[in-house]
Amino acid sequence: MKKHKTALSQVASISVFFVAIGGLVTVIAMLVMGNDIRLLNPQGYIANEQRNLMIFSLSIMMIVALPTLFILYFFAWKFRETNRDKSIEPSAEHSKFFTLGLWAIPSVCVLVLAAVMWPSTHMLDPKRAIHTDKKPITIQVIAQRWKWLFIYPEQEIATVNFLQVPVDTPIVFELTADEAPMSSFWIPHWGGQLYAMTGHNNTLNLMATKLGDFPGSTAEINGRGFAGMKFTARSSTQDAFDQWIRDVKKSPQILSDNTYRDLLSPSENNPAVLFASYDTGLYDRVLLKYTGHAFGHSHADSKEAGH
Amino acid sequence: MREFFLGKLDGSALPHEWHTIAGSISFILMALAIIGFITYKRRWKWLWNEWLTSVDPKKIGIMYFIVAAFMLLRGGLDALMIWLQQALASGESQGYLSSQHFQEIFTAHGNIMVFFVAMAFIFGLINYIVPLQIGARDLASPFLNTLGFWLYVAGVLMVNMFFLFGGEYAATGWLAVAPLSGKEFSPGVGVDYWIWSLQISGIGTTLGAINFIMTILKMRAKGMTLWKMPFFTWGSLLSMIMAATVFPLLTATLFLMFFDRYLGTNIFTTQLGGNAMMYTNLIWMWGHPEVYILVLPCYGVFSEIVTTFSRKKIANYTSNVLGMIGVSALALSVWLHHFFTMGAGANVNAFFGVMTMLIAIPTTVLFFTWIATMYKGSIRFTTPMLWFLGFVAVFAVGGITGVLLAVPPVDFQLHNSLFLVAHFHSNVIGGVLFGIFAGITYWFPKIAGFRLNEKIGKYAFWCWMVGFNMSFVPMYILGLMGATRRLDHYDASTGWQPLYIMMFIGGLVIAAGVALQIIQIVASFVQRRRFIDTTGDPWDGRTLEWYVPSPPPSYNFAVIPDVTSRDPFYDMKQQGIPKIKYENIHMPRSTASGIYISIFAFLLGFAFVWEMTALVIVSIVAIVVFTITRTFNENVEYTIPADEIKEQVNTLQKRIEGEKWKSTSSTEDDMGLFEFIKTVLMWAFGLVRVWRKKQ
Repeated sequence: MKKHKTALSQVASISVFFVAIGGLVTVIAMLVMGNDIRLLNPQGYIANEQRNLMIFSLSIMMIVALPTLFILYFFAWKFRETNRDKSIEPSAEHSKFFTLGLWAIPSVCVLVLAAVMWPSTHMLDPKRAIHTDKKPITIQVIAQRWKWLFIYPEQEIATVNFLQVPVDTPIVFELTADEAPMSSFWIPHWGGQLYAMTGHNNTLNLMATKLGDFPGSTAEINGRGFAGMKFTARSSTQDAFDQWIRDVKKSPQILSDNTYRDLLSPSENNPAVLFASYDTGLYDRVLLKYTGHAFGHSHADSKEAGH
Repeated sequence: MREFFLGKLDGSALPHEWHTIAGSISFILMALAIIGFITYKRRWKWLWNEWLTSVDPKKIGIMYFIVAAFMLLRGGLDALMIWLQQALASGESQGYLSSQHFQEIFTAHGNIMVFFVAMAFIFGLINYIVPLQIGARDLASPFLNTLGFWLYVAGVLMVNMFFLFGGEYAATGWLAVAPLSGKEFSPGVGVDYWIWSLQISGIGTTLGAINFIMTILKMRAKGMTLWKMPFFTWGSLLSMIMAATVFPLLTATLFLMFFDRYLGTNIFTTQLGGNAMMYTNLIWMWGHPEVYILVLPCYGVFSEIVTTFSRKKIANYTSNVLGMIGVSALALSVWLHHFFTMGAGANVNAFFGVMTMLIAIPTTVLFFTWIATMYKGSIRFTTPMLWFLGFVAVFAVGGITGVLLAVPPVDFQLHNSLFLVAHFHSNVIGGVLFGIFAGITYWFPKIAGFRLNEKIGKYAFWCWMVGFNMSFVPMYILGLMGATRRLDHYDASTGWQPLYIMMFIGGLVIAAGVALQIIQIVASFVQRRRFIDTTGDPWDGRTLEWYVPSPPPSYNFAVIPDVTSRDPFYDMKQQGIPKIKYENIHMPRSTASGIYISIFAFLLGFAFVWEMTALVIVSIVAIVVFTITRTFNENVEYTIPADEIKEQVNTLQKRIEGEKWKSTSSTEDDMGLFEFIKTVLMWAFGLVRVWRKKQ
């Protein structure tokens, strides 16, 4: 009678377990529903490639992980002490063949993963230019406390916490920082992040493939105003982009030496600002401020690298 | 003159914000309560002689557990505060914390959980169990061990000192990356407290690690070759080798950072050729191995538990140990995966990506050996075994997401997101904390002499499991939604708030689990006579620690057995315990030198934080003097004669035989939660009645 009861209670606890898992999944699904899962909803070329690689890698690992987990829990249940219907071998020895399998299975899995990962790391290297028939646009990005300054050297305008690009056009972001700790430039919808550091010129190539406004931020903590260091990245048609450039050029604000110095003083939760023009060579001067010598960087160089 | 003595310290450093005042008051009250209690019980002398100055690794292990348990509560409170802020601070609402305060809390949370909880629990377990497993009576250097422990305590005090003086902790993230942690961006004393709490406890860790390497390599019982060592000892040896390798690196890095802040050098600053990327490299060259230092002993714990509770020899001992060796070797060469996004070339990133993935191979092998051990075993679902089964699920998720993060292009998207945070919590909570809980439950009968309550232990386990998943599954999803870590505020339009709220609720469930663990210990203490372990072997164990009585005598082994196999005690039980011949035992004497040196190490750190030159000089002189004095002390051992040992063993034997309650593996007598509450209420009523009668 007692044994019967334990069997029943086992069934009961297993059902409770699965109901709990189902409940958790349902609740989370309901909370997530209707919201944007940015990394799974790419709006740019690089983000799309990165998502595909993520899903591929996960699938490869699941091939080993799921059976392993299933077998482990199955054995735990099957060989439980109270189960009379099992065979026991307290000191089972295993063959060399078994040991080989032990090491071979994960090795093969990792080998496959590495074989895919190595070339894709090169393909998706942030420095690597994206090739399309459209001419790339360079945007110089300076991380400051706590806002992002964007300079369009070809269009000769500058903006704070807002950037606009034409869709399906490769964008070359050149990243540095001025009087700010390491920051990480990240627009999840378009692709992965890269650090912006004083005295360094990091290059990040991205391309928007869909129209819209997308959130960007710093992913790396850089002080008090960290959470508010956000910007909007807009991708529009080429015509809308050209129109926007014309509008910005009509802006009353100019990024002079003085305005730049004001901009450098720490401030939080800054609104977007548009500057009709800026001092040429600003980006290079900011780099030089920290390196103390000619950096070998010039606007022409970076264009070359982009092609 | 004032500066020479007091440095930067003045009245403005005293607590004046709500959290520092609350912190200070609770510290002072706690200290008064402890001092009052000990004075009332007249236990000062006993405490000093039997515990504080003891060099017995078993007592030091227990002291590690106690301090670490308090710090777990402290770090857990930080976690709840972080989650509460994030659950509130959406859109218009700014939450209840300023961004600076919020950043200090998550920095402290990381430091406390890694250094002062996980590391301390691991050292506690190693202290208690390793000598018993290898058949040793003490350590290679008992003094280094007590010094290491007291330096750890000094670090614990230092990390909490900011409540009383200065009111600010580092707001930089747990590794205080440069240049954010430099004087330019963090001018306050917070980072200095960070430097010195880690510096002092880190040096303690290095000393402890060297000591345990020597102990394990040199003091094993006769016949116990390296390839006959138990898993936990193997895991500990590898972990300690890694610690001795990388902790000096931490010490050096912290000194460089200290030079930048104290002397005004420009090693990691943005100016004059300072290189912050160098700091990132150095700190992760220590930081990555650090997590493996924590998890390797836990792999060992799980291997012990699986073999014992499957009533089987481990399948493929060699592969299991090689797996652990592989993990520890590879762990030293993967640090760069923490900053793929800093801008290294594709070849560098791909290389470190491959190195990281390789770790998956030995780790998977470990899982396979556990599966093969369970196969055709006879599995008992005790609480330690439940922690193991929970670990498997949580750690597997952490491992899979870890390999995913090792793919550089994927990492560019996931780095610094909550996905990453969820990943390492899966590994550190699932692997390390569950391992520690499993280990403590498993060895508790050895340590306390009675086993823990199984019923309440299982409730606690399920609270942890449910709470963990409620907190960290949403965290993974938030990462995929683009939420970066360490946000003290976010836009309402992101739709993240419901998930953040769920995380906070999950945190409360985990807190309930912790509360149940405390209740579990109290309830077991109430029923201790029923749970008493008279045999020294409550689980039908296989290794030497189960051969000695519970709790073991100060000298561990009256006679050290010869070891001929990997399961020495299991064989003894099969073939009969050999005849015993007693000999004189030499044991190390207690010493207070470790305490004195640590007090001055603490003062040195405090003096550097506040730039008090006079105190710096005094502390350095005192440390040197105490160290030299100790080295000239040759009266460090005492002898227990063979006759006395024999007498002690016989008395113990008689006591065990006369014990009314025999230990039993049945858990039917374990009190449940309601019974516990009933017992507590009855006890309280009883007290009231007695008090009334007195009136």
